[in-house]
Amino acid sequence: MTTTFPVRRPTLRVLRDRALRLAELVTTPLLPDDYLDLVAPLRAGADLRGRIEAVEPETRDAATLVIRPGADWAGHRPGQYVRIGVDVDGVRHWRAYSVTSRLDRPDGCIAVTVKAIPDGRVSNHLVHRTRPGTMIRLDQAAGEFVLPEQLPPAALFVTAGSGITPVMGILRNLPAGATDVVVVHSAPSPEDVIFGAELRSLHRDGRIRLVEQHTDTAGLLDPADLARQVADLAERTTWACGPVGMLDSLEEHWASLGLAGSLRTERFRPAVLVTGEGGTLSFTRSGTRLEAGGATPLLDAAEEAGVLMPSGCRMGICFGCVLPLREGAVRDLRTGEITTAAPGDGVVVQTCISAAAGACQIDH
Amino acid sequence: MTALQKKPESPVAHLSAGDVDAIGRELDAIRQEVLDSRGEDDAAYIRKVIDAQRRIELASRVLLLGSLFPPAWLAGTAGLSIAKILENMEIGHNILHGQWDWMRDPKIHSTTWEWDSASPAEQWKHSHNELHHTYTNVIGKDNDLGYGIMRVDEDQPWHPMHLGQPLWNLINACLFEYGIAAYDLELGAVVAKKETSDPEFRGRLKAVLGKIRRQVTKDYVVHPLLSGLAAPTTLAANLTANVVRNLWSHSVIMCGHFPEGVETFEKSSIEGETRGEWYLRQMLGAANISGSGVLHILTGNLSHQIEHHLFPDLPSNRYAEIAPKVRDLFERYGLTYHTAPLPTQVASAWHKVLRLSLPNDWLASTTPANAPVQVLALCRLATGGPKARRPQQTAA
Ligand SMILES: Cc1cc2nc3c(=O)[nH]c(=O)nc-3n(C[C@H](O)[C@H](O)[C@H](O)COP(=O)(O)OP(=O)(O)OC[C@H]3O[C@@H](n4cnc5c(N)ncnc54)[C@H](O)[C@@H]3O)c2cc1C
Ligand code: FES
Repeated sequence: MTTTFPVRRPTLRVLRDRALRLAELVTTPLLPDDYLDLVAPLRAGADLRGRIEAVEPETRDAATLVIRPGADWAGHRPGQYVRIGVDVDGVRHWRAYSVTSRLDRPDGCIAVTVKAIPDGRVSNHLVHRTRPGTMIRLDQAAGEFVLPEQLPPAALFVTAGSGITPVMGILRNLPAGATDVVVVHSAPSPEDVIFGAELRSLHRDGRIRLVEQHTDTAGLLDPADLARQVADLAERTTWACGPVGMLDSLEEHWASLGLAGSLRTERFRPAVLVTGEGGTLSFTRSGTRLEAGGATPLLDAAEEAGVLMPSGCRMGICFGCVLPLREGAVRDLRTGEITTAAPGDGVVVQTCISAAAGACQIDH
Repeated sequence: MTALQKKPESPVAHLSAGDVDAIGRELDAIRQEVLDSRGEDDAAYIRKVIDAQRRIELASRVLLLGSLFPPAWLAGTAGLSIAKILENMEIGHNILHGQWDWMRDPKIHSTTWEWDSASPAEQWKHSHNELHHTYTNVIGKDNDLGYGIMRVDEDQPWHPMHLGQPLWNLINACLFEYGIAAYDLELGAVVAKKETSDPEFRGRLKAVLGKIRRQVTKDYVVHPLLSGLAAPTTLAANLTANVVRNLWSHSVIMCGHFPEGVETFEKSSIEGETRGEWYLRQMLGAANISGSGVLHILTGNLSHQIEHHLFPDLPSNRYAEIAPKVRDLFERYGLTYHTAPLPTQVASAWHKVLRLSLPNDWLASTTPANAPVQVLALCRLATGGPKARRPQQTAA
């Protein structure tokens, strides 16, 4: 997507900046925004927020949240995700959710669909305990799990559980007949299929070919099943989203067919492979010190101790969490690779997939 | 009063090391209970207070646009005073303590908050959280004890200069925020040591002056100008509100550590202090103010100074709930829980300021009958130089 911003005349910008500085003289030590937020939290220029307008149940453990985004929401491409900052028991948590709504919603709202996972702090709160009217924080949409401008002649989507969400976001915005689509989706039972009725109706109308695998009776989907169900798999560009195990086996299979280039995957969580001994984690600026476990991302450990941390996808893809490692050693939880730093080295680390591997000090 | 370690009869003599450890464990358990139940209601509380404070301030400033009209002046000044008190006490002081950091809301966090006080948040956090709360009431370590300008303890030698201390205290009360800024800067020590050209000090000084400039511009230039013809009356209103806030916070803070009966400690006594001993020092070194819920909010819950000193980073709205448990602990271990209504505590603190402005025992031994003799003796002491004062000091 190319966005063009109107070129604001410099004089206007200068005038606006001056006005803002004048307003700051009136409100110091607070900012004019602090007062405007009292009355218009969704206005242009505010921190990006959203108001939950409706919570629509999808299955027994999934619900769609309809969100009115703030005026500065820049839109999204189908398949992308949005990060949501939501207060659970008074504590702010950030999580990513794929946008599932149509681009041309007349009310200007967006929607995400959340599946409550066992013991999941945020997902259970959003699905079971969120009321319309709740204000949340938002980030602009991000992510590469999107269709190319030039649509492939034939596409295959392989999804499982909540992995259907980015694909639904794509299907709902795909013009009829734009491309030949097969969707292979697995869920424990027919009732557990999120968007089940809508997917089946798309199938009946001939817009997609839907293959459902109900794992309670048919077992987990494996690449052999897939090859049987989709004979022309090699001719299709494939997008897959689901649990770590499924994505890993698909990637392996596609690679063995020499087709690695035609498979895109979207992961909802990092595959934690290697853990070890932790250590003392300290922060130069706030002076906070804490004991961080060897299996806990620095990001989680620091947030638990009340440190404000920059973050993004929380799974190692967006680099929104990068901070300088001043001194010490950290372990990449995905590969086990150890990164060490001494003062002056200028080493930066992704805190969301790095755990302490001994004492370490972060410049923050 | 004299440092606890020098007292003939220590108020903690009856406690064994085991008792002190047990006190530590009980207090840790009280703290844990609050941590475990901290949540949505607490978050809603602080947001509500912040929201109310902003609305009261906005409404008051709008009223003051018409401050030529006396009722508007009165209401606006009262509202602004309350808004400024809330901003400094229940909101600013407590957020800067990190009491709300657990919410992970960048808008309500000790590392991002700035307050309406001459001392920049960063500098105040250092001198208050790191020094005062660590060295509470340790003579020579805790500058809050008299802010380095007053005689706060019998053990400090008396000097005729101290006669002026009730007046300094009153002036300090009116200009409290500037006094705090000066002592966060350690201005006295820096000037005495002729270190004013130290670049680090310069940087901090610049930050303070920048803050004062912004505050003064806001309260004494911009808002009066916005009121047009009412500029002089708005300026007077803002000045009044600032003085009211300063007097109020000074009084509350005096009540926390100054009333008679609150203990002070020797520097050497805190070496190798255990957790239980640290708690014990906080228990003995603070006093509470009793009163209504409104009083507690307006004092930023420093009316629960004892609980605040035990648990400086617990959310302030929880102090009231743990106070009975803490008090019960005091009683079970035979310790005095100092608490009294605001006027009593303020009077007690002022009495101490006055008493210590005079040579030891002077006030107590003066009666209407012997007053002339006493005053004469005082004059001799005040004008006689160090030699004349020495016998008096060794006698104390
Ligand atoms: C790019 C991206 C897009 C996403 N889109 C969606 C979406 O559209 N809908 C949706 O429901 N979720 C989506 N997620 C996942 C979502 O961000 C959260 O991770 C998920 O809701 C769990 O959060 P929680 O706080 O409930 O669980 P937590 O309290 O963080 O975790 C509880 C337990 O569950 C495990 N766990 C964490 N995540 C998962 C998971 N995804 N599956 C199984 N176990 C897990 C944890 O390891 C932990 O043991 C997406 C994630 C990413 C990175
Ligand atoms: S938060 Fe996205 S890479 Fe760490």
